[in-house]
Amino acid sequence: MLTINSIKKGIVIDHIKAGCGIKIFNYLGLDKADFRVALIMNVESQKLGRKDIIKIENVIDIDYTVLGLIDPNITIDIIEDEKIKEKINLKLPEKVVDVIKCKNPRCITSIEKYVPNVFYLVDEQKGEYRCEYCDEVHTLEEAKV
Amino acid sequence: MLKGRHLIDPMDFSVDEIDSILNLADRIVENPEKYIHVCDGKLMATLFYEPSTRTRFSFEAAMLRLGGKVMGFSEPNSSSVAKGESVADTIRTISCYADIAVMRHPKEGAPKIASLYSDIPVINAGDGGHQHPTQTLTDLLTIRSVKKTLSNLTIGLCGDLKFGRTVHSLIKSMSRYENNKFVLISPKELKVPDYIRKEVLEKKNIEFIEVERIEEVIDTLDILYVTRVQRERFFNEEDYIRLKDSYILDMKKMKMAKDDMIVMHPLPRVNEIDYEVDSDPRAYYFKQARYGMFVRMALIMKLLGVDEIC
Repeated sequence: MLTINSIKKGIVIDHIKAGCGIKIFNYLGLDKADFRVALIMNVESQKLGRKDIIKIENVIDIDYTVLGLIDPNITIDIIEDEKIKEKINLKLPEKVVDVIKCKNPRCITSIEKYVPNVFYLVDEQKGEYRCEYCDEVHTLEEAKV
Repeated sequence: MLKGRHLIDPMDFSVDEIDSILNLADRIVENPEKYIHVCDGKLMATLFYEPSTRTRFSFEAAMLRLGGKVMGFSEPNSSSVAKGESVADTIRTISCYADIAVMRHPKEGAPKIASLYSDIPVINAGDGGHQHPTQTLTDLLTIRSVKKTLSNLTIGLCGDLKFGRTVHSLIKSMSRYENNKFVLISPKELKVPDYIRKEVLEKKNIEFIEVERIEEVIDTLDILYVTRVQRERFFNEEDYIRLKDSYILDMKKMKMAKDDMIVMHPLPRVNEIDYEVDSDPRAYYFKQARYGMFVRMALIMKLLGVDEIC
């Protein structure tokens, strides 16, 4: 049995889809952290079957928008004095810029690289976004960079 | 107020704004002489990154008939585009010289990009299979001129409803007017895309049916909007052979239609309307092309803000 101690003050990123923990770990630059960090993979979960968890013993700024795009089911617990002070449920953002990329080969963004990739949420349930320029609708999975 | 605005998507303008363009177009149709100097001293740039006959000539004729002048390119190899210049840089440069720009581009969203970097109004003259808003204005002016209304109509759209950008724009625009019904006639492979069915028709509770043959429904239509069915769009030859004749409008089918039904087509036609139909008074596709020039005259005037002086 692997045991990871609870943290005094910091952030727990929970309910990460199994296998996605490393993406978030890398996105947050935690490989360069000088504080205690744990990436726990393939933890048993009633909700997901298996999940990843990241525990960060520090208070850092996190762009929740991007985490929501990586996996909207993620939950964030803000810990103080070893207790959960705040629980944040992520939502998909209405507008995202330069996070996902249009996959329509006929879209102008496929040839004009200076253009910011702008998308608008059309269906939160399905995670579908519409490209600002060509109106092509992509699921997040399709449009991830 | 449309002065200084761009037209990229037919939904960029409100119903009232579109009505104001159509009203001005009506006045131009009645008395074109009155408008021959309203754009004196104005310059329009036509940036055509892919070939077009009808749309480019229609825009150029519109500007010249308003007294303005025209410059531009009709294929990118004769411009800096061939050296790899971006759309943003091209439009920023053109903005220094011209008062208004018209752009056709094979890539979807290119005119939108141009509008973001432009100091002058940009009109989308067609971007890939995406939008063609001035064709939609043409269609609306034609329908309103003949039917005297844009409401309470049964509109049949026939042919390639999947890839036909004029069809998508027309459905979106006509769905903003009251009590219109749509009859969508196409092979199953070429039905309207899901986003039109779900986001426009079903969402707004608009009555529509989907059928495979013109003969089944032609007697119910006020308008028949024909587009070309291309052989290469079919998944198998058998289906193409089974259905191809159903998408050719001839006098035999026209005999089943109402006396006041009108036939429209964005042109160019290949073989989807038999030449014998051309002499039928219900054939409006060439008159439609003429309305296209008048509505572009009205649009140019509105975007340049010269309509207030008339």
